Amino acid sequence: MPGGGLHLEIDALSAFFLLPVFGLSLLTGIYGRSYLKGREPGPAAGSWFHLNMLTAAMALVIVARDGLLFLVAWEIMALSPFFLVIFDDRREAVRQAAWIYLAATHLGTAFLLVLFVLLGSLAGTSDFAGYAAVLHGQPALSSTIFLLALVGFGAKAGIVPAHVWLPEAHPAAPSHASALMSGAMIKVGIYGLVRILSLMEAPTAWWGWALIAAGASSGVLGVLYALAQHDLKRLLAYHSVENIGIILIGIGIGVLGLAYGMTVLAVLGFAAGLLHVVNHSIFKGLLFLGAGAVQHATHTVEIEELGGLLKRMPWTGTTFLIGAAAIVGLPPLNGFVSEFLLVYSGYLGLIEPNTTIAAAGLVSIVSMGLISGLAAACFAKAFGVVFLGSPRSHEAAEAHEAAAPMLVSMTALAFCCVAIGAAAPWVVRSLAGVVGAVTHLPLPQVHTALAPVTASLTATIAVFAVLAGVALLAWVVRARRLAVAGVRRAPVWGCGFQRPTARMQYTASSFAQPLVTQFHLIIRNREVMAPPTGYFPTSSSYASDSGDPFLGLLFAPSFRWFGRLMRRMNVVQHGHIHVYVLYVAATLIALLVWGSLSP
Amino acid sequence: MTGLHWFFSPLCALLLAPLFPGVINRTKAFVAGRRGPPLLQPCRDVAKALRRGAVYGDTTTALVRLGPVINLGTLVAALLLLPFASVPAVIAFSGDLIVLVGLLGLGRFATVLAALDTGSSFEGMGASREVHFAALAEPALLLALATLTRVTGATSLSAIYEGVGVGTWAHALPTLALVAMTFLVLELVENSRIPVDDPTTHLELTMIHEVMVLDHTGPDLAIIQYGAALKLWILGSLFVGLAVPMHSGDPWLTGAAALAGMAGLAIVVGIVESAMARYRLVHVPQFIVGAATLAAVGFIVLLV
Repeated sequence: MPGGGLHLEIDALSAFFLLPVFGLSLLTGIYGRSYLKGREPGPAAGSWFHLNMLTAAMALVIVARDGLLFLVAWEIMALSPFFLVIFDDRREAVRQAAWIYLAATHLGTAFLLVLFVLLGSLAGTSDFAGYAAVLHGQPALSSTIFLLALVGFGAKAGIVPAHVWLPEAHPAAPSHASALMSGAMIKVGIYGLVRILSLMEAPTAWWGWALIAAGASSGVLGVLYALAQHDLKRLLAYHSVENIGIILIGIGIGVLGLAYGMTVLAVLGFAAGLLHVVNHSIFKGLLFLGAGAVQHATHTVEIEELGGLLKRMPWTGTTFLIGAAAIVGLPPLNGFVSEFLLVYSGYLGLIEPNTTIAAAGLVSIVSMGLISGLAAACFAKAFGVVFLGSPRSHEAAEAHEAAAPMLVSMTALAFCCVAIGAAAPWVVRSLAGVVGAVTHLPLPQVHTALAPVTASLTATIAVFAVLAGVALLAWVVRARRLAVAGVRRAPVWGCGFQRPTARMQYTASSFAQPLVTQFHLIIRNREVMAPPTGYFPTSSSYASDSGDPFLGLLFAPSFRWFGRLMRRMNVVQHGHIHVYVLYVAATLIALLVWGSLSP
Repeated sequence: MTGLHWFFSPLCALLLAPLFPGVINRTKAFVAGRRGPPLLQPCRDVAKALRRGAVYGDTTTALVRLGPVINLGTLVAALLLLPFASVPAVIAFSGDLIVLVGLLGLGRFATVLAALDTGSSFEGMGASREVHFAALAEPALLLALATLTRVTGATSLSAIYEGVGVGTWAHALPTLALVAMTFLVLELVENSRIPVDDPTTHLELTMIHEVMVLDHTGPDLAIIQYGAALKLWILGSLFVGLAVPMHSGDPWLTGAAALAGMAGLAIVVGIVESAMARYRLVHVPQFIVGAATLAAVGFIVLLV
């Protein structure tokens, strides 16, 4: 390969990240066949091509061990989603979303370009082994590289404030593409960060703090913005921001542990972050596929127009419920396992005499508590309003269950959520290899560090067995009592109101309103309300818009400023061809003069 | 006694928890100058509801039936993790406090979805408030437990409460007092008591927990009422284990002290309910965040 080596390699870290990439590609492929059925063959074929390119590029990024090869694969991986997002290119909003994605991804790539060029010029080679050698014993250089990696890879992963493309791009893309992008592609950003970290010998403590700060702010802000959304796919996109935050908190604790030489903390932090990578790709893939099934059946993802879908789409609804419970981190599903690891490492940090570690533990515990509480609120809203109650529109009332291949994909992912939760001790034990590869700790030491937590997870199985047993017993008692006493069906009590309609139900906006109001300084939800007035009110209206404040207050103004700056360059642009020929000639002469003057 | 003593804590809870709301109601009646319902009235209510048939809303699915059952399962499972009267829990392991918080979260999620299943705006209202306050109460509970972890150096509920003794109170008095205050507030918040919620009125607009279970009838309601008593007991025993740190060698004496502590807590809750009015809903978050701040201050006191 010109300029670089075609160096490919699979180690434990690469293999670990290839797992969600290939697994999710397979399932989204099966799903997409039904999802795209009936679309025009031309655009659909293009969409398939770019989906396959995306998978191939992600795999290449993960196995590349050469800076140039990595960047080329990275760029293919960055471009394919642009074509996936712009699938419905007749809609203005979709084109806009694709442009925002393209700008965001290239801003990130710019930092990566600097990172690899800097390392390459110092090392004299573009091979990763050479990078590791030049970074050895260079704390200042290592810190620079870490910052470049955090920003560059963070933009792909969706760390606040570089998350702005997620809520635009995910709703615009076809659902199976959103699932692959959110489930696998943004994780490749995390992979890049972890790969760069693994090239360095000893991390500095402040890196851990930077990661925890980025993680906690992404986590809390992501879930807060998600609360205000009433587009199901936008809501899910913001939850990706939240979960990337959780992953970063885990990695941050791991880095702190390495920096202070606390093996157990380092192992648990990385194990929590990496396990959450896989878990998030499972349940977020599942939830996007579920949202796609809803969209396919009702032609909308506007939460306020849905309702009562659990009766009409029982299989989709049940798998979505499993995904929702898993992403909230409820036991005994897979989300709980990684969040348990993370909070547990926080509690272990608390009992260290070192107050820095204790403070980091406290920060991660409190932010995890807040994130999981708010996520529970958000998914109670999303599942409750979309799938429960009565349909709020004709389309929702006429909804039908998704096609069999779509159900197969969703069921497989839901099964993974349950299976990882049930086999938690075994899953955590099998993380030893990848954690060892990242931390450079010998494998026996990693196993020793993981032993107490796997013992705890084994004990939780007994607790959950009792839970299931008691619930079953109560169910049987209840069923036998009702067999004697009888069951009636009746309209839901409406406080004496005789003609309830579906419009009287609580909506997503009203459900989230107390929290959105409480955090209005952060969420900045805009409301336009015309309340009913007078004794005989005729009409009233309410509209809310939850645009991203970072897009509106940070990126849009800075891009406008940049656009104005660039417009000044217009003075040299006239559109007359002879002027450009003059520019070319002048440049040539200037170069000739410069060349002849310099020795 | 050795075989049985492991099950002392859950058995105590399962048998005595329904008395807890009974004591609260008697206290409220006493303060108001009434005679009040018998102590065993909550048991009678549960028995009565168990005998009744059930009415389900037209819109509902299986979730409305599953909610109460799953909630009861989480609470009984939580009892296994709970030490009581210096007797360690049935299952104690490092990190079990996170599982306790997770179980409470699962029970709440099931209850909220069962409420939303009816499609009634009243129950939507209750569910919305429940998730709002719970989102703030969960970090408060984790923070309080984190402070206790720092005090005792233990990461399991049984070890933490074994480590809290009179000596601990002597050297970490301000911290433990602050955490105890947090637990007391959480007992009121998590169980929807005054000043957060009014469990006695059935006026939907003012309520959280009662309005969520408005459409549950018969055995489902019985399971919910029994579960509510268990939840009062679970959060109450977190407080009592801290406030009555008795580890005498005599199990009868320790057990009696812990039970007296629970009765005392019920009386305190009753007095709070008699003396205070419900807060306006917009002020409840301040109440919960204030409680979390107490635990955080307790933690900071430890660091200096």
